[in-house]
Amino acid sequence: MNRVIVLLKDAVDLSELKVDPSTRKPLLEGAKRRIGELDKRALEEALRIKEREGGEVCTLTVGDEGSRTPLLEALAMGADKAYIVNIGTGVWVDTLTTSILLEAAVRRLTPFDLILCGEMSLDSLSSQMGPRLAELLDLPQITYVKQLAIEGGRLKAVRDLEDADEVVQADLPAVVSVSREINEPRIPSLMSIMKARSKPIITFDIASLDVSPEIVSGEQSIEIISVEAPQVERKRIIVKGETIEESVEKLVHHLVTEGVLEVR
Amino acid sequence: MTGKGVMVYSEDKELELQLLRKGREFADKLNGPLSTVSLSREPIDADELIRYGADRVFLYKDPGFDLDIETYRAALLMAVKRASPEVILIGSTRRGRELAPRIASALGTGCMTECIELEIDERGDLLARRLVYGGSAVALERSRNRPHVATVPPRVFRRAEPSERTGEVMELGIEKPKPRTIVVERREKSRGGEALENARIIVAAGRGFRRREDLKLLEELARVLGAEIGCTRPLAADNGWLNEWIGISGHKVKPQLYIACGISGTVQHLAGIRDSQVIVSINKDESANIFQASDYGLVGDLYTILPLLTGTLRRIKGEPI
Repeated sequence: MNRVIVLLKDAVDLSELKVDPSTRKPLLEGAKRRIGELDKRALEEALRIKEREGGEVCTLTVGDEGSRTPLLEALAMGADKAYIVNIGTGVWVDTLTTSILLEAAVRRLTPFDLILCGEMSLDSLSSQMGPRLAELLDLPQITYVKQLAIEGGRLKAVRDLEDADEVVQADLPAVVSVSREINEPRIPSLMSIMKARSKPIITFDIASLDVSPEIVSGEQSIEIISVEAPQVERKRIIVKGETIEESVEKLVHHLVTEGVLEVR
Repeated sequence: MTGKGVMVYSEDKELELQLLRKGREFADKLNGPLSTVSLSREPIDADELIRYGADRVFLYKDPGFDLDIETYRAALLMAVKRASPEVILIGSTRRGRELAPRIASALGTGCMTECIELEIDERGDLLARRLVYGGSAVALERSRNRPHVATVPPRVFRRAEPSERTGEVMELGIEKPKPRTIVVERREKSRGGEALENARIIVAAGRGFRRREDLKLLEELARVLGAEIGCTRPLAADNGWLNEWIGISGHKVKPQLYIACGISGTVQHLAGIRDSQVIVSINKDESANIFQASDYGLVGDLYTILPLLTGTLRRIKGEPI
């Protein structure tokens, strides 16, 4: 096995994201950033492949110098090297630009056997990187993967579609996006967290890649006009009686009053 | 018809009909034709697509081989080349979600996925609202490049009323691209999702249920309410207790009554139930997030409460307890 490249997004940590109560806008500035849950599973799968087949695991992120902190977690989990395409602090690029930057960086990391990513990032929920990279790199594309094996130098994967599970085979190299069921990511030991600090984090500047700098500095094809967390208009009534039986009676009374029960 | 028009596509027929409605609106606004692509192993009634609003149907008749992503891609790109649409709407099934970004990359353009509202502004830009941040927020986005590519989930738009209209059917042929992936096995799954998405009442289980057998408590409640049974992702995807789950990555439901039992209330799950009329939650942890998103909350052990609730409802119905 050659190199396995894992695409990691430097994403907003959803568990700590707060909303400004007056504007209903998420407070993104200064929000903690970390590697997303699905991306971690892609990395875990790469580490398991390395344990069986050898090779090295590199991670690749479009971000800035600040991405080093979240990437330490990936290195602590066991990645050998982390690569950052540095677009500069506070710069936002859309999925089209991100995919072009990743493609250019992946070409610098040739030869590789496999590109792994999460099926979507939970912050932007786009689920575009796997398919876009397969298109740009002209590689086999396998999405929604919940089981992955390498047999006789070929990939064998189980994909989770709405109406069926598909067992598919493909030659390497390929682009695989994983779903949440594929594994349970490891929690790094204190020792591996210490060791991570001496592992290499390598930065690609835009100028060093085979792309036009205007794709980052210029107008993006998609613009985010606004983001708002809609007010959830819920009554938030905690139903409470003297006994649990009475609480249940009260609840049923509320539901009858709401007219949502179909029992007469 | 002078403009370049609109193209819609989904391999799911019902979703394709839903897209035709929005596509028709956009085509009229852009003063161009509405095209649709039909590519399926099942027989296709091109006239039906025309009755539902299409001006042009690009028809791939009986491709005679299994359809993989490469074939869908090649077929759609060929139709796009013929029609050069300004807007491409693709149905957001899992197959559609892996197809749309590929098409967008092949055309060098942006892509907005899972759009829950779409409109074209005076500049001809496509504006969309879509869920972000795990489903806890809604983003308003603008697509500037042409063509615009967007994916739309089922049931965002209703299908139009069919009418007698005329249109053009163009048969296209493709050679099967060299297969990059081979499907060696297909394990069909039962689809309970439709029942969930149309349900008037849903009772749903979360990790508060300790064993699969305990779902019987929920089944009894469902029976007396005439409800469908749903669950959170871990119960379906990890435990395999049920086939379908409710949430941002599963089914989005809109019942008049949603009863969440032993569900903590992650943002991903809440995004799937936000359109419910009344939400009731039962959880023994009084600080559970689900209570913040509920109309009525009952703090307590579902193992005690569910039999009581079922019994009370039976009494109201006059059924034997």
